[in-house]
Amino acid sequence: MSQKVLLSANEAVAWAACKAGCAVASAYPGTPSTEILENVAKFKDTINCEWAVNEKVAMEVAIGASIAGARALTAMKHVGLNVAMDPLMTYTYVGANGGLVIITADDPGMHSSQNEQDSRVLVKFARAALFEPADSQETFDMVIAAFELSEKYQVPAFIRLTTRTSHTSTVVDVGDDFGPGQVERKPYVKDIRRYIPVPMFARPQRVRAQERTEALRAFGCETPFNRIEAGDTRLGIITSGVTYQFVKEVFPEFSVLKLGFANPFPSDLVKRFAAGVDRVLVIEELDPFMEEQVRAMGVQVVEHTTELNMLEMNPVRLMALRKELLGDVEAPAAHRADTGLPTRPPVLCAGCSHRGVFYTLSKLGATVTGDIGCYTLGAFPPLNAMDTTICMGASIGNAFGMEKAGMQGRICAVLGDSTFFHSGMTGILNVLYNGGTITTIVLDNRITGMTGHQENPGSGKTLCGEPAPVTDIAEVAKAIGFKRVVKVDAYDLVALERVLKEELDSHEPSVVIAGGPCRLAAKLMNAGTYEVDPAKCKACGACFKLGCPAIERGEAVADGKRFKSHIDPVQCSGCDLCRQTCKFDAITKIR
Amino acid sequence: MKTMNVSLVGVGGQGILLTSDILAKTATLAGLDVKKSEIHGMAQRGGSVISQVRFGEKVYSPIIADGMSDLLVSFERLEALRWRHLLAPDGKVLINDMNMTPITVSSGQQPAVADLDARLKAEYPGALYVDAMALAQTLGNTRAMNMVLAGALSTLTPFGADVWEQAMRERIPAKLLDMNIKAFEAGRQAVQG
Repeated sequence: MSQKVLLSANEAVAWAACKAGCAVASAYPGTPSTEILENVAKFKDTINCEWAVNEKVAMEVAIGASIAGARALTAMKHVGLNVAMDPLMTYTYVGANGGLVIITADDPGMHSSQNEQDSRVLVKFARAALFEPADSQETFDMVIAAFELSEKYQVPAFIRLTTRTSHTSTVVDVGDDFGPGQVERKPYVKDIRRYIPVPMFARPQRVRAQERTEALRAFGCETPFNRIEAGDTRLGIITSGVTYQFVKEVFPEFSVLKLGFANPFPSDLVKRFAAGVDRVLVIEELDPFMEEQVRAMGVQVVEHTTELNMLEMNPVRLMALRKELLGDVEAPAAHRADTGLPTRPPVLCAGCSHRGVFYTLSKLGATVTGDIGCYTLGAFPPLNAMDTTICMGASIGNAFGMEKAGMQGRICAVLGDSTFFHSGMTGILNVLYNGGTITTIVLDNRITGMTGHQENPGSGKTLCGEPAPVTDIAEVAKAIGFKRVVKVDAYDLVALERVLKEELDSHEPSVVIAGGPCRLAAKLMNAGTYEVDPAKCKACGACFKLGCPAIERGEAVADGKRFKSHIDPVQCSGCDLCRQTCKFDAITKIR
Repeated sequence: MKTMNVSLVGVGGQGILLTSDILAKTATLAGLDVKKSEIHGMAQRGGSVISQVRFGEKVYSPIIADGMSDLLVSFERLEALRWRHLLAPDGKVLINDMNMTPITVSSGQQPAVADLDARLKAEYPGALYVDAMALAQTLGNTRAMNMVLAGALSTLTPFGADVWEQAMRERIPAKLLDMNIKAFEAGRQAVQG
């Protein structure tokens, strides 16, 4: 019998992959896409799944499986797609053998990203097919359809999610007798004219890719995923993805063309819709992807001044649009958000193994190029120990570039273990090869932390919890040819200062591995508790410089100019760093 | 029924996501259309967290527009003020009687809200307060604080305790279920008197 379950779109992808007979899935974690593979792993009996070391490798693994004739899936956040574009751009020429479905999860409004990108632009650039679900049910249905379409048209098929689909749970009918689908594998036939796109073979493929685009455009005009919802024809709204939901809330009475299959753009359908309404309004999140194509077709589009093409869409923004266009609504009489309250920003956990490194780098006055991970939080007061963050792995090239540009002083790169495996290894190779002297510091906590504790090549386990070889970062650096490779305990401030000073001041390239487990992942948040003896505390403020959330202001002294410290016993995880900063032995372990 | 909008807010690590999961499941079990949307920031713990649950005959937007929350459930007192703009003019408020000092205050970077009591009273004259932590402590498990709040919240929803408890059974591991159901019932009693 039919089964209804409450699923996020990320979970729905996994359920659909199982039902569609997907055989291989590979991904690198990244918010908001991470839960896709974590849920695929629940179907590990039928889907051979893994955490890849980065998105490019994940894409290549999925492409290899597709060439072999299996249905394959890869998933990534929008910036991950940048990393994976290289193999994709050629596989769109080769064309899928077994169905290839690529999930990209965009993050409008940058809830947990360094930029916002509209992946639809890249899908068009790649001449791939694009599904844009508006909820988990559509995600489920579209993933299944995408596998079929990918095989029928030999095209990589994208599902574009956003934070609000990925992290919204909605009711999904997963159909009768849900279970792993049985699909016949496409045969693999050796064919160098297809799989080896040297120029003489690539040219005819280029032409075929164009023919395929036109065939898919025709599909887009017929598929039920693109539908006209008839209504008041004085206004016809073209929309897609989760934005459709906001349109239904704010413009419920008007005709809507909902595009669930938006690339190649279904021009004839759009023309037909436009002909049946007085005015056409395009409402979409991020770039004017559809609007520009509608305009290019010569269809007139309603002009307005309400800004919609950046940051996250929401019903209130559409109410502002409706007010401008129709003048018949006011935004709800909400109190304005109170901006006078103390903020509650994300912060390195009490006892985080990154803290001592940043404390020390701050003390040494180093110029620090940072990277993507929890440790980006080392940039903020009171640690103030980071100068730049660009993208995964960029810390090393950035630090070396600074050195090459003649910047003086102590320059170092800081990145985590997972980021090092993702794209740091090539960076240090470049430093060594080209005569750099910078220090690369790997914060080795043996887990992919920020995305919620995923395994990686240093953690000793796979996505499915199976044992895996442990790659030692020091050995990697030595094998590349580094002479100065030092391991140091991330919880020993004396050793950290000695090692970092020595390496930062040396005129040779070096790699420092600061080791200490992620306390949250290792379940060490209750490993111990320290307390401050107010009689011994001189209110010198040394421990405050750690920026530990467990260390609070206590009694005021010197007319409120200075404060003694107090440790919150609930938050303290017993890492010992604050005791090491205290010159007066005022801090002791009590448990 | 008219679509009901519930915003649950608080601090990372307080169990907000589990509570909203169970509310969403309860509404699903009651045969309603449901959307549950959550934003958890960059770090694992310590930041502001919000989860929104909407249920009714047919729900479109996963986001509750400002000023449209029928219910605001705050797991922490300061956070109740932070999200004031979400509440509908006739909306109800449930506040966990608990303070968690933000690091910006404990480290002296920003001043504390000196008149928090007075401001809460002024903004939310009819708010329900529950000391969920104290109740969870008397039951011997502070981790069940969120289910005490779920119990209090349940009295403000159109669903019976039996439907809530079924949702809990589907979501919570068997060995922790009894404790959590006890906490849930304690929360219900605390507001029903």
